[in-house]
Amino acid sequence: MMLPNISSPHTTRKGNTGNVMLTVLLAMIPGIVALTLCFGTGHLIQIFIAIATAVICEAAILRLRARPILFYLKDYSAILTAVLLAVSLPPFTPYWVTIIATGFAIIVAKHLYGGLGQNPFNPAMVGFALVLVSFPVAMTTSWGAPTALLENGFSFSQTLSFIFSRPEAFDAITMATPLDLYKHQVAISTANEILQDPIFYQAGFTAGLGWLWVNLAFLGGGLVLLWKNIFTWHIPVSLLMSLSACSILLGWDADQYVPISLHLFAGGTMLAAFFIATDPVTASTTPFGKLIYGAGIGLLIYVIRTFGAYPDAIAFAVLLMNFAAPLIDQYSQPRTYGHKKAVRGLTKND
Amino acid sequence: MNSKLIPIYDFDGGIHPEQNKLQSTSLAIASSSLPSKLILPIAQHIGAPSKPCVQVGENVLKGQVIATAKGFVSSNLHAPTSGTITTIEEQVLPHQSGMSGMCITLIPDGKEQWIEHEGLADYQQTDRDDIIARIQAAGIVGLGGAGFPSHVKNSIPANKIDTLIINAAECEPYITADDVLMREHSAEILSGIEIIKHILQPQSCLIGIEDNKPEAIAALQADIIKQNLNTQVVVIPTKYPSGGEKQLIQILTNKEVPVKGFPADIGVVCHNVGTAFSIHDAIINGRPLISRITTITGEACGQPQNFHALIGTPIEHLLQQANTNTDTVQRLIMGGPMMGFTLPSAELPIVKTTNCIIATANNELPMPASEQACIRCGMCTEACPAQLLPQQLYWFAKSSNLEQAQRHNIADCIECGACAYVCPSNIPLVQYYRFAKGEIRQAAADKQKSERAKTRFEGRLARQEREANEKEAKRQARAAAAAAKQAEKKAAQEAEPAVVAEAIDFELLNKKLSAAQTGLEKAQQKLASAQAENSDKVTLFEGAVSKMQAKYDEAKQALSSAEQTQQQTDIQTSADTQSNLEQLQQKVLLAQTRVDKAQERLAMAKEQNLDTAAAMQLGLDKQLEKLAQAQQALKDAQS
Repeated sequence: MMLPNISSPHTTRKGNTGNVMLTVLLAMIPGIVALTLCFGTGHLIQIFIAIATAVICEAAILRLRARPILFYLKDYSAILTAVLLAVSLPPFTPYWVTIIATGFAIIVAKHLYGGLGQNPFNPAMVGFALVLVSFPVAMTTSWGAPTALLENGFSFSQTLSFIFSRPEAFDAITMATPLDLYKHQVAISTANEILQDPIFYQAGFTAGLGWLWVNLAFLGGGLVLLWKNIFTWHIPVSLLMSLSACSILLGWDADQYVPISLHLFAGGTMLAAFFIATDPVTASTTPFGKLIYGAGIGLLIYVIRTFGAYPDAIAFAVLLMNFAAPLIDQYSQPRTYGHKKAVRGLTKND
Repeated sequence: MNSKLIPIYDFDGGIHPEQNKLQSTSLAIASSSLPSKLILPIAQHIGAPSKPCVQVGENVLKGQVIATAKGFVSSNLHAPTSGTITTIEEQVLPHQSGMSGMCITLIPDGKEQWIEHEGLADYQQTDRDDIIARIQAAGIVGLGGAGFPSHVKNSIPANKIDTLIINAAECEPYITADDVLMREHSAEILSGIEIIKHILQPQSCLIGIEDNKPEAIAALQADIIKQNLNTQVVVIPTKYPSGGEKQLIQILTNKEVPVKGFPADIGVVCHNVGTAFSIHDAIINGRPLISRITTITGEACGQPQNFHALIGTPIEHLLQQANTNTDTVQRLIMGGPMMGFTLPSAELPIVKTTNCIIATANNELPMPASEQACIRCGMCTEACPAQLLPQQLYWFAKSSNLEQAQRHNIADCIECGACAYVCPSNIPLVQYYRFAKGEIRQAAADKQKSERAKTRFEGRLARQEREANEKEAKRQARAAAAAAKQAEKKAAQEAEPAVVAEAIDFELLNKKLSAAQTGLEKAQQKLASAQAENSDKVTLFEGAVSKMQAKYDEAKQALSSAEQTQQQTDIQTSADTQSNLEQLQQKVLLAQTRVDKAQERLAMAKEQNLDTAAAMQLGLDKQLEKLAQAQQALKDAQS
């Protein structure tokens, strides 16, 4: 009898990459629900368009690359990219913009670099950045007003028509995001005047109507992932700390700058901190490196939001730190057991 | 008494795999029946394999040495029972490589007849070196898994060791050999520990044991109190790999074994509980290491149990006693599920380091899943007890980037398998590291080899060059001699013959000349007598005479040419002397000029009353001295 020769360890923890991705997807449900409750069904339609595009693109390119299609589709990574992208896009983004963004994310940002695990840049953010710079009008005029501000709201079929055909009535239900609004108003009016705007006034909290709930929902989902050990605390904590520090130290005056409450709870901050910046493939991998990486994103978010042309800055901040991640890794190696010091940068082993 | 609370520390990383220990602890240790044959590899320890000292066909007694240690880091091997040696040959070893090695096969005679042996009742009165020698003679090696000869660790000078650590963690799932040994033989283990303490004289002795062994902890503690021993049982949280030597040391002392160093460097020696038990047996009872406790477990076993088995017992013999249905066995593992290795067949024997055999069935340890892409999730980094970056090592190993792998300290990987255990992408990380480590070893060996070849090649080149130079020098000497001869000939026509001749050279030439003359005369005489007798040898002698004549002429020629050379040389020498004299005269003149100049300067300095006058005076003195020297040299040359 000849028994099989198998290398140790002979036991592994249950699960696979698909489980990790699926857990992240499930943790996004609270955020998606909050988005839908506060801003209508737009995001659900975007998610559907993005997933369909992503799966088709992934399957097609896997076929071109002669890889087993089902084996790779089952890791849910394409779907996760699609969902992350869809929730980042404004709810009424024209369908073709979503398709272009998702297709670019999957084909160029992911597979042209070698597929899952090989891409240096966060595919969802690459797709987002592409359409943001290419179609600025479509991207900045597609945020609907919070449904609570609209007398009659809008139906699912109306939403569909907004996304697919853009009727005349469309403009009536769109408005600037709170971050955008505050940033532009603060140049001409005081904080108190700005807060008279219904989007802040009716919320009762200076994060903007609906936005607080969306961010809290993503924060909750993120905490679940943290508890599930899907990622470590380093990136979210350092990101939020550095963003908070910047908004307190540099922008303490609410009459001149966007206040900390908006930085943390308006826009895509929590989504970025727990779901986008924590993408392990493109982030720094060492514990100390993750702290630098997260802090860098937080700093860049603040700088771009405050001094840049764009109201939100998640995509650019994340992509810029993606560039830096390999270098950060080189200089943040942990000290190995039994060694006196860590090998960092160009220093020699001891 | 040990009421003092020992602080414990944590090590980085670690995992909590399913324990699977209860299966094999429901029954007490069973004594294995005597198998029909014992297979004893001569290399069951780290270090040099031992050397067989018995012959095929020889009858041996139980406990008799059948292979002796070769060197200090090596170990004796004893006959586990009495019987006949039937073969000493290469056989497949129970080793992860599946390689073959020398094994001694013993067929037991069933008499279990012991060789004469005697314990040391009062080891405390015995010399430390004597006890170590007994441990060495008993063939005791680390029974925790590595098989490092125990006497080596114990030979560390006393007072160098602060802490003696007894490793009772047994952190690998399934294995319970140490657990049951402690439950049933805690007194013997403590006695063994006292012996080690007597040898090493540590300040403290800690038994590190995971909290999943409450019976063993209780048994040890009870005996410690009963005997009033200064040994402390330290209960540590169950976490794999807390039983790794480096990790246990960190848990109990918060110190790290320095890289490329040994625990002794930080004042620690670590022994396994099983080893302590064997040391007790060897010293108190005089019995060498011929048996051990091995866990036989896995779902293929009807009744998983710990067996007290002779070293060399074929695994199938033990599996049978554990009611194993061999047809259902899917995988046979020696060691634990984390670091153990698979065996190709159950015919292989257990060795000194075999603490567990797992015969799996019903997919209890499923076949490895397909490897997925690494998503750098970093779970491996969280799990690594050596604070490495496993996923970076994986990328480096995968791309054969050995330089970076070494920079990231792949050598410090203890191959515990925690990273592969947690990897969600089911990447067999440890295999990648083994591959990279193998490549690094190979590259180092290749480098050494090529350096040796280079040294050899360079040596050869140097030798060839030297030989060529010598040849060339000889050739040049010959050419010079020939040229001199030619020149000499020309000169001889003009110059007078030399007066002084070089003694040795001329003597030789003269001798040759006279010898040639004698030969010629003799030949002529012979020719004359032959002619007188009218013999038919006349032609022969005529030839001889002409040959001798030629030799004589040659010798004469050589002598005269030598004389000419001598003459030439003399002329040359005198010319040399001439030119030498001229040179010396020039030097004297030069020195004179310098002296004049220096005097002038001195005079000027004195006139202007300069401070430099003193220095000038010194310079002048020096120049005068040089002049005197030059004049003297000229005089010598002239005379």
